[in-house]
Amino acid sequence: MTLPAKETGQVATPPPIAMLAELTHRCPLACPYCSNPLELARANEELSTSEWIETFRQAAALGVLHLHLSGGEPASRRDLIDLTKAAVSLGLYTNLITSGIGLTEARVDKLSAAGLDHVQLSIQGTRAPSADHVSGCDGGHARKLSVAGWLRDAGIPLTLNAVCHRRNMGEIEDIISLAIELGARRVEIATVQFHGWAMLNQKALMPTMDQVAKATSIVETMRARLEGVLVIDYVPADYYATYPKACMGGWGRAGFNVTPSGRVLPCHAAETIKHLAFDNVRARPLGEIWYNGGAFNAFRGDGWMPEPCRSCERKDIDFGGCRCQAMALAGDASATDPVCRKSPHRKAVDRRIIDDTEVNDTEVRDIEVSDIETPRPPFRYRGNGTLRS
Amino acid sequence: MIPNTAMPEIDGGTVVHLARGVRLREDMVRNQTVLLAPERAIALDEIAVAIIKEIDGHRNLDRIADDLSRRFEAPKEQILQDIIPFIREFINRRTMEIVG
Ligand code: SF4
Ligand code: SF4
Repeated sequence: MTLPAKETGQVATPPPIAMLAELTHRCPLACPYCSNPLELARANEELSTSEWIETFRQAAALGVLHLHLSGGEPASRRDLIDLTKAAVSLGLYTNLITSGIGLTEARVDKLSAAGLDHVQLSIQGTRAPSADHVSGCDGGHARKLSVAGWLRDAGIPLTLNAVCHRRNMGEIEDIISLAIELGARRVEIATVQFHGWAMLNQKALMPTMDQVAKATSIVETMRARLEGVLVIDYVPADYYATYPKACMGGWGRAGFNVTPSGRVLPCHAAETIKHLAFDNVRARPLGEIWYNGGAFNAFRGDGWMPEPCRSCERKDIDFGGCRCQAMALAGDASATDPVCRKSPHRKAVDRRIIDDTEVNDTEVRDIEVSDIETPRPPFRYRGNGTLRS
Repeated sequence: MIPNTAMPEIDGGTVVHLARGVRLREDMVRNQTVLLAPERAIALDEIAVAIIKEIDGHRNLDRIADDLSRRFEAPKEQILQDIIPFIREFINRRTMEIVG
């Protein structure tokens, strides 16, 4: 969609389309690839109900159309229904991104009555023992299936979401059929991104070349077969790609995240770039943060780009890739994303793939042959945040 | 099990409605009308807005094309031929559903 742009300095910045509200970092699950930072925000630092609502109001005025209520687990917030009502009344398209844990049938009905537009329910796999092992939450998978049933009864449109990695890549077909069974209109299968917690677990999570190739072909076949039944959105492993993804649709172009304590980030992992300073909604209006904030302007346009990006014909397609990945793998946030074949750091990515997949190859075969006795890799689980309310 | 499906035929007799979770909105900031769906905001031109506003889950595409042909002073058959692929794309994306 083409949008009118607003002049800020030399760079024309469009208004943001999406806001992701990390309502809390608390979560009953402990996924070893959680996108929350290693240092989780404490419950007493979280924005209050009225602070969140004021942030939604500013976001709507700024041009945000989609609001994603996320976390941690957003259902850990006792005011989730009130926040949803407020967002809907501001005209925001309101999507709840949840693990399902913490939702009850009564709460689902209240969310529906509040006008919630859509739910994105995450699963960790299709088999309870291995899925629960990944989430670190016994009984979690069964509970999610109940939640999906309540959502269907309430009529709230559902997307089933699964992060895929070496442990569950063989289940893609099962994930797709589970999505249909649960009445989802859409399934989102996203390969794990190696930031934060996932990086600590990279050896256990890195998919193999063979798995990636199979997954891609299954997705293509299923897409054709399920036209009009299920929309399949698939994010392939960027480590195996030729060019990087346009992270967040480009830094500071399409949307932003707000952390539980009110910090406004161009992407969820942005805090790993230590030299950036992030504004807080408690201190500065959102519009000013979006258009004039230092962190947002740091990687807008192409002035910051080094070669080979600057003279590359793809720079308006992928914007040089992910800044946080450049930080993590090249030690420089303004480097070309190291997964790009043109990056001088690409060799380091290839070495990681070899190191992380060779060791466990036999283990991978075991999983695919017999999924009854799943080997249990030693995950480093994320913390649960502080006390649940 | 994963079903083997064939896209249903879409023709003048088809009746559709917008799926729940899909709605039109006036976007004051960008001065346009957008169709909001999960993970998507689609900017619509005047014709697209007119078509979507006609879709009510009761009248079939033939009747909608008929009404639009009067409004836009264009041949009905041509409008119908334009509407069908438009609707098919929305059904593919599960943003519209066939009624009945
Ligand atoms: S631990 Fe898992 S369910 Fe909880 S926020 Fe992180 S990824 Fe989501
Ligand atoms: S060189 Fe830069 S702009 Fe070109 S494809 Fe690689 S990351 Fe993208």
